[in-house]
Amino acid sequence: MSDASINTQTQPQEAGFGDYFALLKPRVMSLVVFTALVGLLAAPVSVHPMVAFASILFIAVGGGASGALNMWWDADIDAVMKRTQSRPIPAGKITRDEAFAFGITLSVFACVMLALAANLVAGLLLAFTIFFYVVVYTMWLKRWTPQNIVIGGAAGAFPPMIGWAVATGGVSVESVLMFTLTFMWTPPHFWALCLFMKSDYKDAGVPMLHVTHGRRATRNHILVYTLLLAVVAVGMAFTGVGGPIYLTTALVLNSLFIAGAISIWRRDEEVAEADGYKREKSFFGLSLLYLFLHFGAILMEATLAPYGLGGW
Amino acid sequence: MSFRDDHEIHKRRLGRNVGVALVLASFIVIVFGLTVAKVTRGDYEPENASMQN
Repeated sequence: MSDASINTQTQPQEAGFGDYFALLKPRVMSLVVFTALVGLLAAPVSVHPMVAFASILFIAVGGGASGALNMWWDADIDAVMKRTQSRPIPAGKITRDEAFAFGITLSVFACVMLALAANLVAGLLLAFTIFFYVVVYTMWLKRWTPQNIVIGGAAGAFPPMIGWAVATGGVSVESVLMFTLTFMWTPPHFWALCLFMKSDYKDAGVPMLHVTHGRRATRNHILVYTLLLAVVAVGMAFTGVGGPIYLTTALVLNSLFIAGAISIWRRDEEVAEADGYKREKSFFGLSLLYLFLHFGAILMEATLAPYGLGGW
Repeated sequence: MSFRDDHEIHKRRLGRNVGVALVLASFIVIVFGLTVAKVTRGDYEPENASMQN
């Protein structure tokens, strides 16, 4: 092989530091960090600031590692979907093998370090979360059933439980309720996205609900899950992590969320297409705010509790 | 195949190497901080150490 032939071959681009960071899905990681932090601070046990900082960091690294493993497995469909075509693997910056090695190494590192920094329960919960996201959701459910996002949503719901476990060393009703809040929130959040990201999932052959059961069924499901979510979200106000601030926040947000879901449910495709899926997009935007403000309210209750203002 | 020193790939490698160096340095600081926190909190006193696991 001559030098000329080497030079004309298509070489994979050399990845920069930012490309490896992009493998960790930084936007998802920010949600993981925030909800885990709330779980940690809402727990009735104080944690040394250094231990808390390190634990949140290792939870973030573990969440990022599962993102890298997700990109390793889903490189084929990421290359098809417009939303994911610029990710490091389909963009040719990082090979699948590199992403796999990076993800596995960081997963083991994060779980071991969390177990050492905090406790074994937290480390094991993080390991289970990574396993659930990569094996149960990414490898098994995602390409098999339209319920993928319903069951797979559990993976994104674990961080507040891990944060709680960092502080208490265990699991409790409050931490399970924080898990349930994110778990029930995930389906309407993603299905709203599916409604206006029209052809992406279909092109990739991912059996999302709107691909297998149609858009009418997806709109119905969004409404049902939003109503169930409201019961969980408002009910949480009367537990140990709730209080008047949380109750007010939950009542306002759930009223808006239910109104949004009803509005989506009442529309058909012609109307939605005519206004460029305006309602679906605003419902999706509201869903981001919904989760952030619910956990924000839990955090506020916990922060004000020492001054006799938070909680009941 | 040779590159001039200011080739774009060198910049990217430098960025990556500096990034890895910073991550490793941060890791050392975190482990040190954790050790100080745990030792000063008394996690490794004989009576607490037996309760740890």
